[in-house]
Amino acid sequence: MTKSELIDRLATRFPQLVAKDAEFAVKMILDAMSAALIRGDRIEIRGFGSFALNYRPPRLGRNPKSGEKVEVPEKYVPHFKAGKELRERVDFVASTQ
Amino acid sequence: MTLTKAELSDLLFEKVGLNKREAKDMVEAFFDEVRDALEKGNGVKLSGFGNFQLREKPQRPGRNPKTGEEIPITARRVVTFHASQKLKATVESTPRVNSD
Repeated sequence: MTKSELIDRLATRFPQLVAKDAEFAVKMILDAMSAALIRGDRIEIRGFGSFALNYRPPRLGRNPKSGEKVEVPEKYVPHFKAGKELRERVDFVASTQ
Repeated sequence: MTLTKAELSDLLFEKVGLNKREAKDMVEAFFDEVRDALEKGNGVKLSGFGNFQLREKPQRPGRNPKTGEEIPITARRVVTFHASQKLKATVESTPRVNSD
């Protein structure tokens, strides 16, 4: 499912709204989620999951072409952890038992 | 500060002009649709933010950490999230104090 398919589905679920509202809403939600992670804030969506930044310490890497050692600085990477409900619904083992 | 569904619906109320009820329902529906797609086995691509993918993991040996007893971890399907290049780059280039 792509962003535009998601917008179409939401527009169908909210027939009282104009289609532009669904598009704007999806954009606002995603922008707010990105902004939270960029600030270093967590996102917690009950029943879905949580997003946070994971810390990666600085390390010595290697340029794969030249074999030269390079210092890779510390960094933060976005991480998602599925919530219990999402985890259980997606797991085919649980859903067939 | 943690971002939750409550803040997201406030935002839709203030910025999109939905009424409070619609704003709350819209946020709920947004995550419901993503969850539904994943449950049906479809990945979700939200350009500019990231992709949710499904991975099938085979059974592997595990251990009860308390008793040390060996028990297999059953085969399962799990969700993985990959932030977009754009989001990763912006997160990386934003200076922050190491609070960990």
